[in-house]
Amino acid sequence: MTSASDSTASKGARRASIDLKTLGPAIALLLLCIIGFLLNPAFVSEGNLTNLLTRSAFIGIIAVGATFVITAGGIDLSVGSMAAAIAGIMIIVMDNAVETLGSGVPTVLLGCGVAIILGIGAGWINGTLTTKGKIEAFIVTLGTMGIYRSLVTYFADGGTLSLNFEVRGTYRPVYYDSFLGLPFPVWVFIAVAICGWLLLNRTAFGRYCTAIGSNEAVAQYSAINVDRVKTLTYIIQGLCVAFATIIYVPRLGSASASTGVLWELEAIAAVIIGGTVLKGGYGRIGGTILGALILTTIGNILNFTDMISNYLNGTMQGLIIIVAVFLQRSDWKLGKTKAS
Amino acid sequence: MHAETSAPAAIIEAVNISKSFGPVPVLFSVSMDVRPGEVHALIGENGAGKSTFMKILSGFHEPTSGQIRLDGESTSLPPNGAAEKLGVVLIHQELNLAEQLTVEENVFLGRELKKNGFLDRAAMRAAVQKHLDEIGLDILPTDRISSLTIAQKQMVEIVKAVSRNARILIMDEPTAVLTEEETQVFFRQVEKLKTSGVGIVFVSHKLNEVKTIADRVTVLRDGQWIDTRPSQDLTPDMMAQMMVGRELSDLYPPMEEADVDAEVVLAVDGLCTAEVNNVSFRLRKGEILGFSGLIGAGRTAVFEAICGLLPIESGTINLFGRDVGPMTVAEARDAGLAYLTKDRKEKGLLLNKKMQPNLTLFALPKFVKNFAIDRKAEEEALKRAIRRFDVRTRDPDITVGKLSGGNQQKLLLAKIMESDPKIVVIDEPTRGIDVGTKQQIYHFIAALAAEGVSVVVISSEMPEIIGICHRIIVMREGHITGVLTGDHINENEIMRYAAGLKREELH
Repeated sequence: MTSASDSTASKGARRASIDLKTLGPAIALLLLCIIGFLLNPAFVSEGNLTNLLTRSAFIGIIAVGATFVITAGGIDLSVGSMAAAIAGIMIIVMDNAVETLGSGVPTVLLGCGVAIILGIGAGWINGTLTTKGKIEAFIVTLGTMGIYRSLVTYFADGGTLSLNFEVRGTYRPVYYDSFLGLPFPVWVFIAVAICGWLLLNRTAFGRYCTAIGSNEAVAQYSAINVDRVKTLTYIIQGLCVAFATIIYVPRLGSASASTGVLWELEAIAAVIIGGTVLKGGYGRIGGTILGALILTTIGNILNFTDMISNYLNGTMQGLIIIVAVFLQRSDWKLGKTKAS
Repeated sequence: MHAETSAPAAIIEAVNISKSFGPVPVLFSVSMDVRPGEVHALIGENGAGKSTFMKILSGFHEPTSGQIRLDGESTSLPPNGAAEKLGVVLIHQELNLAEQLTVEENVFLGRELKKNGFLDRAAMRAAVQKHLDEIGLDILPTDRISSLTIAQKQMVEIVKAVSRNARILIMDEPTAVLTEEETQVFFRQVEKLKTSGVGIVFVSHKLNEVKTIADRVTVLRDGQWIDTRPSQDLTPDMMAQMMVGRELSDLYPPMEEADVDAEVVLAVDGLCTAEVNNVSFRLRKGEILGFSGLIGAGRTAVFEAICGLLPIESGTINLFGRDVGPMTVAEARDAGLAYLTKDRKEKGLLLNKKMQPNLTLFALPKFVKNFAIDRKAEEEALKRAIRRFDVRTRDPDITVGKLSGGNQQKLLLAKIMESDPKIVVIDEPTRGIDVGTKQQIYHFIAALAAEGVSVVVISSEMPEIIGICHRIIVMREGHITGVLTGDHINENEIMRYAAGLKREELH
């Protein structure tokens, strides 16, 4: 009897200590929301909250993919450019398909299919160059970042690629309509997040990502096909970028050289704020989602207040990133002394 | 004593040095001296205390008792390599050079010559060139270290030491990584150093080389000083004899007779890789086969190649009567062949993870149910493994890096055994673990063999390999040089094959 209660007690204590660590980003988000509410009660209005969630969806979906890449010890700097390139090619394909397929659903589906294939392909290129080409992921994706970005500029001839007006009408609900009170982008975000969480935390693939990021040699000696798993993380990243692009295109119905600029940094920031370790070996999808929400919330709050200029959005985001990582570090130190 | 009065006074002298790490004594009253212009070889088996003694001689460790005399005066050497200033330099086996810097930058690293606040490159280059000429090394001061051969890098280390006015050079197995020709070049340069009055401590397992280059030889065994003699009085065989010679206790389980007619489970023919040359052998069901030899003899490479960790150049592998081509690690595992690395910290375990993910990592597909990891099965596997392998820890949630070496080794063994291999290759089964755990691991290996699992033990510790193996294959420089069975197994024989004094004509 006593031993049983002892063991449950110790289990409870353990769970509490883990929670304290993982709750960090959640507490930060809660604080931000309280600050937002105090500054302007309109912050918690339904309209603002759904707007905030919708805006978070792009970065959030991309950041879920980035969590896999970073957990497995890699990095992908090309996601912003990749999104722009996919958006551009998608628009070109749909515009050209209008004549044969009309401006209805088939054209939009074709565009989405093209986006997914491009996302997978771009991810595969990043992954293969990293693993088979044995080039640092930072270098590979820095290169593809430049390539994808310049492709959009080239296709748009330095200007803007616009989606056919009628197709835009068909496609529009994907961004602007809601289901059960939540906009479609938020549903996509939720679906991607759940799939990502299951994949990272419940499957052998997720375990392999963690093992590779933790120590690649150990992974290799443990019968893990390191190259294949790493390439797959980049493919997942590409797929996530494709999903994000699919819900982004109907928002403006256009793509230009400035589409998706700095998304890669926001995605990486969301991952890091969420508690995933930049050098790999430990990843948290839940944290990543909170990280994406935190980043969007900061911008949103600045829109609501005159105290700090909206132009300082980047400054606030930068400060939050640095503080978040600093807190994570001291958190670990605390955990260590506790254990010993 | 009196006979040696004619010899020049020693530069450095270690007198009755004892050393314990915590409660574990490693050295017992060891004495040795080094004279100017002599090469003094230090030999002994792995674990005899050579490394510790060298580190004490160079100030990296402090002796528990005894004293170091420099030029006849008792001194306590400063720690962390600062003894270099006193002229005592230890050259580590893993060289200590900045790969991307040039020779001259490395030689003057940390004490660069300056003129008017800027680096005086011309003066440094001239100084390095002078040293290179003296030692007869044909490289430029402006060559990048990464472009040099290992032998040349070693010579740069020596130039670095000499340029710092080293009077005592302590070299830890400098020839272990050199080819025969490189060794000859190295020895010529050592001769030159001798004539300039530098005293050299030379550690090597290659007894022929010791005989060639050394003036005097000191033998250590189990942390005890055995003898110091002029090398002309010794033959390599006598050295081997002095290094070994110890009783085997009940550390080892009773040996079960191997069934010589048991089926062959692994047959390797003409295996060649970058480090392995034409290796052929047979492994039978329930056999414990030892692979002995010096560090770098290619034993690990043989099995890393077979298990899919290194590329194979040529050769055939027959597993359970079926010819298999090059396999991936996963294919080898699924075929019932598993390799347990000697490098448990870098290649064996995820030190920052808990025991559970470590235990199941190798055999993870076994734990997958409906695309998801069966966490209940994982938990049960951990409980089972802790019982079966006697992993001792207060907290099953501890990160593996915090476990003791012995417990880590047991966990690694458990991890490999999760895949239920029919053949298991254990590389250095007891490196860096205490004697109690050693005994447990030996008994475990014997029990495995009794169950019909075939075990390959790669070990540099001779008593261990003799104590548990039915048959021993000795390798040297990528070749198999001898196969020992039954009564022929003894340390002398193994040492002679391993050191290249004897070679069996195979097939």
